[in-house]
Amino acid sequence: MSIGHTLLGLLESGPRHGYDLKRAFDEKFGHDKPLHYGQVYSTMSRLLKNGLVEVDGVEAGGGPERKRYAITEAGITDVQTWLATPEKPEPYLSSTLYTKVVLALLTGRDAGDLLDTQRAEHLRMMRMLTERKRKGDLADQLICDHALFHLEADLRWLELTAARLDKLAKAVTSA
Amino acid sequence: MTAPAGSLLSAQDLRKAYGPTNALDGAHFSIHPGEVVAVMGPSGSGKSTLLHCLAGIVPPDSGVITYNGRELSAMSDGERSALRRSDFGFVFQFGQLVPELSCVENVALPLRLNGAKRKEAERTALTWMERLEVDDLAKKRPGEVSGGQGQRVAVARSLVTSPRVLFADEPTGALDSLNGERVMQLLTDAARSTNAAVVLVTHEARVAAYSDREIVVRDGKSRDMEPVL
Amino acid sequence: MSGWIRDLAMGARFALTGGREGWLRTALTAVGVGLGVALLLLTATLPNALGARDARGQARWDYSVSGENPPAGERTLLVAQNDTMFRGEEVRGRRVKPEGADAVLIPGVAEYPADGEMLVSPALKELLGSADGKLLRERLDSKIVGTIGSAGLVGPAELVYVAVDDTLRPGDGVRRLDTIGVSEVQSERMDPVLLLIVLVVFIALLMPVAVFIAAAVRFGGERRDRRLAALRLVGADGWMTRRIAAGEALAGAGVGLVHGAVFFAIGRQAAGSVEAFDISVFPHDLSPAPLLVLLVALAVPAAAVAVTLLALRGVVIEPLGVVRTAKPVRRRLWWRLLLPLLGLGLLAPMIGQGRDGGEFNQWLVTGGVVLLLVGITALLPWSVEAVVRRLGGGSVSWQLAVRRLQLSSGTAARLVNGIAVAVAGAIALQMLFAGVESDYEQSTGQDVNRADMQIRVPLSAQADEQISGLAKKLADSPAVASVTPYTGSANVGDGKLQPQNSSQLTVGSCAALRTLADVPGCKPGDVFAVENPEFSDDSIAALSKPGRKLYIDPAYPGSPGLAQPWTLPAKVKKSAAGTDPMGSPPYGLLATPEAFPEGRFPALDGTVFVQLDKSQPDAVELVRNMAAAADPRATGFTLAATERSDKFSSVRTGLFAGATCVLLLIGASLLVSQMEQLRDRKKLLSALVAFGTRRRTLSLSVLWQTAIPVILGLALSLTVGVTLGAVLLKMTAHKVSFDWPSVLAMSGIGAGVVLGVTLLSLPPLLRMMRPEGLRTE
Repeated sequence: MSIGHTLLGLLESGPRHGYDLKRAFDEKFGHDKPLHYGQVYSTMSRLLKNGLVEVDGVEAGGGPERKRYAITEAGITDVQTWLATPEKPEPYLSSTLYTKVVLALLTGRDAGDLLDTQRAEHLRMMRMLTERKRKGDLADQLICDHALFHLEADLRWLELTAARLDKLAKAVTSA
Repeated sequence: MTAPAGSLLSAQDLRKAYGPTNALDGAHFSIHPGEVVAVMGPSGSGKSTLLHCLAGIVPPDSGVITYNGRELSAMSDGERSALRRSDFGFVFQFGQLVPELSCVENVALPLRLNGAKRKEAERTALTWMERLEVDDLAKKRPGEVSGGQGQRVAVARSLVTSPRVLFADEPTGALDSLNGERVMQLLTDAARSTNAAVVLVTHEARVAAYSDREIVVRDGKSRDMEPVL
Repeated sequence: MSGWIRDLAMGARFALTGGREGWLRTALTAVGVGLGVALLLLTATLPNALGARDARGQARWDYSVSGENPPAGERTLLVAQNDTMFRGEEVRGRRVKPEGADAVLIPGVAEYPADGEMLVSPALKELLGSADGKLLRERLDSKIVGTIGSAGLVGPAELVYVAVDDTLRPGDGVRRLDTIGVSEVQSERMDPVLLLIVLVVFIALLMPVAVFIAAAVRFGGERRDRRLAALRLVGADGWMTRRIAAGEALAGAGVGLVHGAVFFAIGRQAAGSVEAFDISVFPHDLSPAPLLVLLVALAVPAAAVAVTLLALRGVVIEPLGVVRTAKPVRRRLWWRLLLPLLGLGLLAPMIGQGRDGGEFNQWLVTGGVVLLLVGITALLPWSVEAVVRRLGGGSVSWQLAVRRLQLSSGTAARLVNGIAVAVAGAIALQMLFAGVESDYEQSTGQDVNRADMQIRVPLSAQADEQISGLAKKLADSPAVASVTPYTGSANVGDGKLQPQNSSQLTVGSCAALRTLADVPGCKPGDVFAVENPEFSDDSIAALSKPGRKLYIDPAYPGSPGLAQPWTLPAKVKKSAAGTDPMGSPPYGLLATPEAFPEGRFPALDGTVFVQLDKSQPDAVELVRNMAAAADPRATGFTLAATERSDKFSSVRTGLFAGATCVLLLIGASLLVSQMEQLRDRKKLLSALVAFGTRRRTLSLSVLWQTAIPVILGLALSLTVGVTLGAVLLKMTAHKVSFDWPSVLAMSGIGAGVVLGVTLLSLPPLLRMMRPEGLRTE
């Protein structure tokens, strides 16, 4: 999961203080693992260096948490590319996918497209595995089946999420 | 819009309503000979209706379906039936074998409907049953064979006329994983060997993984997912 | 015990609340059983209905019992019978003259109208008011002032009128009565052969109904078995499932009884407005005997339970599904053959008994016929199975039908059983009828080549003018092709009152006399004496002495006559009798009008025979109208070569009506089960359509599937029917002859039922073949 892209995405709705960013992140994505201030600080400085954010203003008192950040054009493009690129199908993908879906909803992008793209990627992988299974011996078949079942689980999650997008959009935007 | 070049069966902007529900609301489709296309989507999205329209079972309210250069939507019911007998094959979720006919008679049925002699039809049927590894069930009735076996008989029945397009509606829906895999493998192998196109309606990813390409239907709209290269 | 009730109640609940499917099945059963019950109830009403008709017929009996007329008084009524016919329907007509204020009333008449007015039955009123009845209205032209109540009618469709005519005088054909109705008419003892026929008719009609009810309670049995299996899964044992099934059957039969009562009530109302075979029945006459109702109410549910339990015998209901005792026991032939053989055995001792051997033993007849017919229901499943097993080859539709029958030949046979039993019974009866017909169907001797109608104008002083005028009018009428020269006739005797010798006098021109007898050299003024060829009659010789003084229409005690004196001429020639178109030989004295002093007819009955112009529609009615215009008492009689016994025709009528009802009923049940089967395979049908199966193929397979068992059933019922018919003919001591037309007709009806059922099941079949059936969402 990319914290940088997530924070960038959060900035798309408007400039925020570092402290606000942490709170918004924790609220929406950090359910069991809240972000450290240090992580926010280091991430923001990397983004600043890459020109994806700029400092919008500084409040009295200093410190990174007092700076107000705004997203740049380059930053918006970066988020777009990230969201549009399917993740490499692999186990335990859900937290990244979840973040992407929520961010897409938050920034008014089509979360359905995102899920469809991801499904296509998953299926591509599954086709490969199926093909390998066809040609392989029993050991290959068993190994491929293991991967296939995991991918299938992910795909089921994708289907379920796709079916619940409307509900999720309501929950995310109201919070 | 016109049919994509080289496609065997294609459809543009299909619309079909059952009463107040729009089962299809601007769906597109195309398939090449020898291609296996999975039609995916949640229940009630219009997958089956798309299949029924493509196969000429149900005429769409609007839209154009082209098969092999002929416009399906312009054909009469009789012509479409004749086309289904000669060029299309069908597999359904629960086999839908005729319970009182023996398995080999079931497999021979499409040939007989096309006017073939009984003996000849059953001989051809038996070779297909061999390919699907169910030739030992020839004399049994569908009620006496297992679900997986029955579904393989149904696949044999769908292939016996050497159709150009095979329509499969949740062909493994009633089977366990192993039997489902086996049926899919036999089905796609057989279809590829005869260069038949397969329209595979399924909601199972592992079944869809036997396809070359998938189409997603959602709320009656289809989305062609070109493989990411 | 409480467990029993609980199980039965549970079954009943399944029957009544088992969701849409269960409910539908119960409804089908109920309608099936209901139709059967209605038919049973209708049969149960017959004794009462016929009794009520008879009672009303007796109550309006208007002949004097003693044969003597009472003296005129306050209570007396003069009655002339003035029946007529209109387009083949009988019209009961009475012209009456009340002789006092307190004149006895005809049943259904509250008060006699004034002279020249008449009362009519509702049916006649309607007929006279319609365009169809215009011709009849010309004949019955009295003013209609009211209707006759149902007490005066045997059926609602009966055509009756009572007209008041103050010109009536007591005498020939006019009776004076002071009471109407008899408490008991001497009923003719029914002859044993007729009784036998009636018995067989009832068995032949009720057996298929029983078979039908048995089939109806098994509607949807397969689904019921699946549900019982589900109950086994949650812990019901074998006996509980049987009790639950019995409960279901009881509930179905109960609902069926209610339906039956409703159908019966509807049918009863409808019966009031229907006239079949000249018989119409008042709804209130159709009340079944309470004992018979009770019997039906108990027997039907009991039969339902028995059939259900019998059907469950061949099925093992396991928790995980229904196991039809796989590879069902090959149906054995021997006991199935035993039934009809036993039946024949019961009938055998009565062979050759004939009419004179006294009554047939009702129990032996019933037992024998029932066993023979039940034998069909036992043999049919076996033969359907045996034949279908050997069938093969053929088209796809044939293959589908044959395979289906091979898998469930029992179901098919059960449904056809009813038809087979009905047809067998009907064929046997038709054979019996055809054989016995000669006994009851008598040649009338009437010569329809010489005349179509006989018109008679009753005796009066004006007979000569009346009949000659009428004859002229008839000859001019376009309805008439030719008219015979008219004759007159009367009784003639050698005394004014109660003469010692009397005979018949016929008067007509030589041309007229020549049509009746051999009158050589007849010239005006001649008189001939003709011996009665049927029995020697001394009085003719006594009367025909030349110069003797005779009296025409002499009086008898209680019956005044005109007693016109006539002196025979000096010469009376002898002559040989011929026959008139009525087939009766005229005998007695034949005279030309010139033999009378006035040179014209004395007061006599006038008769003229008419040949109609058949191309003229309603020629008969036009001629009757002309006759009635000449004299209201004139009668027009149509000649027919043969005459059938009334008793015989009513029995035959009953059979036809009943057989029609039964076949329709069975047709309905075939249709119902066909539908049920089609509904069960909706998905499969849609799948078959998806492969491009032609509608024709599936329609034909439905046809074969019905036709094969029906054809087998007809073949079997033909065999049994012909055998039974032959035995019955032997029993009544008749030569065995096959009545092919009726065999053909019965087979035709059976084929018609098959075709009808197939045609009626086509629309739902085609509907189910629509691709929408494939939709699962």
